[in-house]
Amino acid sequence: MSDVKKIATRESYGNALAELGKEHKDVVVLDADLAAATKTGVFKKAFPERHIDCGIAECNMMGVAAGIATTGKVPFASSFAMFAAGRAFEQVRNSIGYPKLNVKIGATHAGISVGEDGATHQCNEDIALMRTIPGMVVINPSDDVEAKAAVKAAYEHVGPVYLRFGRLAVPVINDNEDYKFELGKAITLREGTDVTIIASGLPVSESLAAAEKLAADGIQAEVINIHTIKPLDEEAVIKAAEKTGKIVTVEEHSVIGGLGSAVCDVVAQKAPAKVLKIGVNDVFGESGPAVQLIKKYGLDADSIYEKVKAFL
Amino acid sequence: MNKLELMKTANEIRKGIVTAVHSAKSGHPGGSLSAADIYTYLFFEEMNIDPADPKKADRDRFVLSKGHTAPGYYSTLAHRGFFPVEDLTTLRKVGAYLQGHPDMKHIPGVDMSSGSLGQGISAAVGMAVSAKIFGDDYRVYTLLGDGEIQEGQVWEASMLAAHRKLDNLVVIVDNNNLQIDGPITEVNSPYPIDKKFESFNFHVININGNDFDEIDAAFKEARETKGQPTAIIAKTIKGKDVSFMENQASWHGAAPNDEQYAVAMADLEKVGEALCQM
Repeated sequence: MSDVKKIATRESYGNALAELGKEHKDVVVLDADLAAATKTGVFKKAFPERHIDCGIAECNMMGVAAGIATTGKVPFASSFAMFAAGRAFEQVRNSIGYPKLNVKIGATHAGISVGEDGATHQCNEDIALMRTIPGMVVINPSDDVEAKAAVKAAYEHVGPVYLRFGRLAVPVINDNEDYKFELGKAITLREGTDVTIIASGLPVSESLAAAEKLAADGIQAEVINIHTIKPLDEEAVIKAAEKTGKIVTVEEHSVIGGLGSAVCDVVAQKAPAKVLKIGVNDVFGESGPAVQLIKKYGLDADSIYEKVKAFL
Repeated sequence: MNKLELMKTANEIRKGIVTAVHSAKSGHPGGSLSAADIYTYLFFEEMNIDPADPKKADRDRFVLSKGHTAPGYYSTLAHRGFFPVEDLTTLRKVGAYLQGHPDMKHIPGVDMSSGSLGQGISAAVGMAVSAKIFGDDYRVYTLLGDGEIQEGQVWEASMLAAHRKLDNLVVIVDNNNLQIDGPITEVNSPYPIDKKFESFNFHVININGNDFDEIDAAFKEARETKGQPTAIIAKTIKGKDVSFMENQASWHGAAPNDEQYAVAMADLEKVGEALCQM
């Protein structure tokens, strides 16, 4: 695996914004003293007049972004997922969601792969929070290619969008000519008939590796990448449920309210099938190197492999 | 408009407030009545707006940060011609566009949805900063309650407004001294309000917010102020011109019954008649 290119999706976010800023003069980027970490520094350097550092005040930043959006510009408000979705939840709901303003929220450092900073900064609840807001689009890209495409798609979509990025460098898995990002459309990465693994974000590459291990045991796992959690590609979920009858969801997020819950909502109502939810099991994270935490919390290929085997 | 015309208009707006809240059987008359003169001045004198083209690009913006005083906002917009005055009686009713708190998606003339305290000022800062970045010359006004400034977000927004030297922004504090739980001095005193804004690098003007001469002078001074935002601390009377509502915290968020409504309207008629004698 050493020859696989790895890039953190927060890097992709910063680079995509710089590109977008060149093409579109109405793009404004906001930060809350974390431009160095959210990687928006690239945009700031290229377009300092269109970058607003709000200082350590995320709630105000969301309101300022809302105000900018009312003037017809397209603000990208950036912070860590914990503060963007957590601390500023009510501002996002009332000042952005309720008036359906054209604000893009770039939330980096999502999930336990934040690593050493520990539980206070590891947000495993943001998808659950954001997807309850009417009209909010929630995107959780799996690699550099998808993250950059997601930023572009978010700009083109009129309305609020929550974009989730990670701190840890992850393998580039979507660098093929056929790759196409369509908002709300799932991507089948691997065909299979015995079980369907539906993954989102960082665990997509781990799920693919797990599927290879399962194949060695004679188990053909279908792997579906869901980058848009809201609106969810219900058709793809129903099709998978009817095809394999067994679904495993994998996400770097609480098993409560995230991808797994969204999939269960569809399956329970429209295509009953057994579902195993793999994610952070209703616990807080902790400090440690990201790769070790991913293993400890059962989101690496080996853990996914073991859990799928036990599930079948 | 001259001062007398403004006073007569404010009197009509106050009647609209009481009528709307009476019809809704709920709502916030106290802080709507206290700010009626400020609403009147902003929408009939100060702001570049056009009821026939509510979304024109170069319009001045207004954000009602103290969104619960929507009856005052709506009555002003209606009297200014943004929608029919008769619609005020649909306030808070199922299916009506006049929501309990300002809704920019459905109400002509409303630039920002608001109601959750402390948030409107941030949106106003966003509008003002956008004008600065893109070279637009509209001005932005936001009205806050004196209880509202207990919200920390108000000060996050104020810090940024002064840091960005937003001289196109005017923050008005409706200082009627009362909030739901009682006098602001007893609940959690925000005083001295003027010194707080001064220390946040605002240009601060203290006025009687129910006196059009002082209101007029303050907004003119704000226009002349360069390099920093202006805060107008407007001392007002909560429930102004309705005898039994004046200075009563209990009328912050309560509707008059039929009998009380008759008294309130009689009070306002009397004020109106006195103005006609002037």
